[in-house]
Formats: sequence, C-alpha cells, structure tokens
Amino acid sequence: MNDKITIHYVVPADDFTRAGEASSSVKSKLKLMGVKPEIVRKVAIAMYEGEINMVIHAAGGTIDVTITPEDIAIILKDHGPGIADIDQAMQAGFSTAPDNIRDLGFGAGMGLPNMKKYTDELRIESKLGVGTTVKMKVNVV
Amino acid sequence: MKVSELVKMQEFKVRNEGTNMNREITVPYCCDLLSIAMAKMPAGAAWVTIMGNVNTLAVAALTDAVCIILAEGIHLDEHALEKAKEQGITVLETQLPIFEAALQIYQKIHE
Repeated sequence: MNDKITIHYVVPADDFTRAGEASSSVKSKLKLMGVKPEIVRKVAIAMYEGEINMVIHAAGGTIDVTITPEDIAIILKDHGPGIADIDQAMQAGFSTAPDNIRDLGFGAGMGLPNMKKYTDELRIESKLGVGTTVKMKVNVV
Repeated sequence: MKVSELVKMQEFKVRNEGTNMNREITVPYCCDLLSIAMAKMPAGAAWVTIMGNVNTLAVAALTDAVCIILAEGIHLDEHALEKAKEQGITVLETQLPIFEAALQIYQKIHE
C-alpha cells in the first residue's frame, strides 16, 4: 500500500436501499489491503453515518475517499439545506429527522457524535441554503 | 457457539443462511436504533432486533455482526432479503420477544 488511492462516490437522493453501498465498498477495499479490522470498522461506521445523513437531509451528494499509508480521508459534500447550528447538531440525541426516518431506525441523534467518536479528525463546514462539507480523517498508524 | 448450531435451535427459523456458518457467536446484542447499534455492537454479536429493513442489513454488514435475529414475529421485507442473500448475511426469525430470544442464545453460549 505505497500509493495514494482516491475513490469517488455519488450518493443518490432518497434511496435508503442504496445508502451504505459506498461505505461497504470502502470497507471491502480496506480489508483487501490488509488494513487493521478496528480501523476498517471506524471508517465504515463514520462513512455510513455520513452517507445516511446525506440521504435523510440533503438529497444525496458526493463522497471522496483518499487512502494513504498514513490515513484515510473522507470528504462528504452535499448541496442540502445546511446545518443551522453545528454545535447543537453535534450533541448526542439532537435530531431533525422526520418520523418516517425514525421508523426506519434512524434519527436517534447519534450520526454526527458517532462520526466524531470514530474519527481522529472531523471538520464540518456548512452554509444555510448552500450545503455542507464534512471532512473526516482516520489514522492508520 | 457457532452460527451453524444457532440455526438448528428450535426457537429460530432460518430466513437466510449466510456464508459464515463457522463463525463463533461471542454475545447476543439487543438494540433497535441503528445508529446506537452501529456504535456499540460488539464484534461477533448475534444481533436481536425488530428492525427488519434493508438498513438493518447494512449495519450488520458494516459492524461485522455474526447474524441478525428478528424477534416478535417480525419478518424481513423482500428488499432486505435480497440484500441478505447478496451479502451472505445469516438472518433468523422468531416469535420470542427480544429479551427471551437473547436469553436463549446467552444460555446456549454458556452451556
């Protein structure tokens, strides 16, 4: 694993059946590369939460994953409504997900806290009416 | 206890036999909120839940759960069944409540 690998994913809008495909794909790739299982798990969970957030709140978006021997960087970009108060959104239990999403088992307000918990670096840039960019990094070593 | 032994237990009906029959079950784990399950599920868990949709399958796959057990007579929906087949995930169904189902597995592990 000497080279830098970049992968681009498009997350479709309103499609819960396909949400998770990008995370699964990254998970398999990392496994094949021999990345430690606990690192693979961290990346998979953080990325899946991001993917689900995009489907619930932002009508989809894009994900760019960069894998180097040192770390795995994930950039999630959407053109959704934006986050009004990032500090509030980061609080465990805070959620703006509608009831139909809660019926699916989401909307516990754990998405962003999980992303923070499972990454070594998390940066959120958001503008109301413009969209949100989430940058995450998981250290490999 | 291995998955292959779990599928033989009378209380559980096999909905999909996965590709990991030889894996060892470490512990039963109960949770219906997917984000919490994703954050807390121990490795090698037999996941007992009432959420039988396609997202349950995604969470099981991402967290390396050994199998999913749907309690309270809940059935896996068709879409989710397709996904289970595609990903080789073992799914069982039972009429038992969540606690009872988990208890059966716990007792069998500690027999």
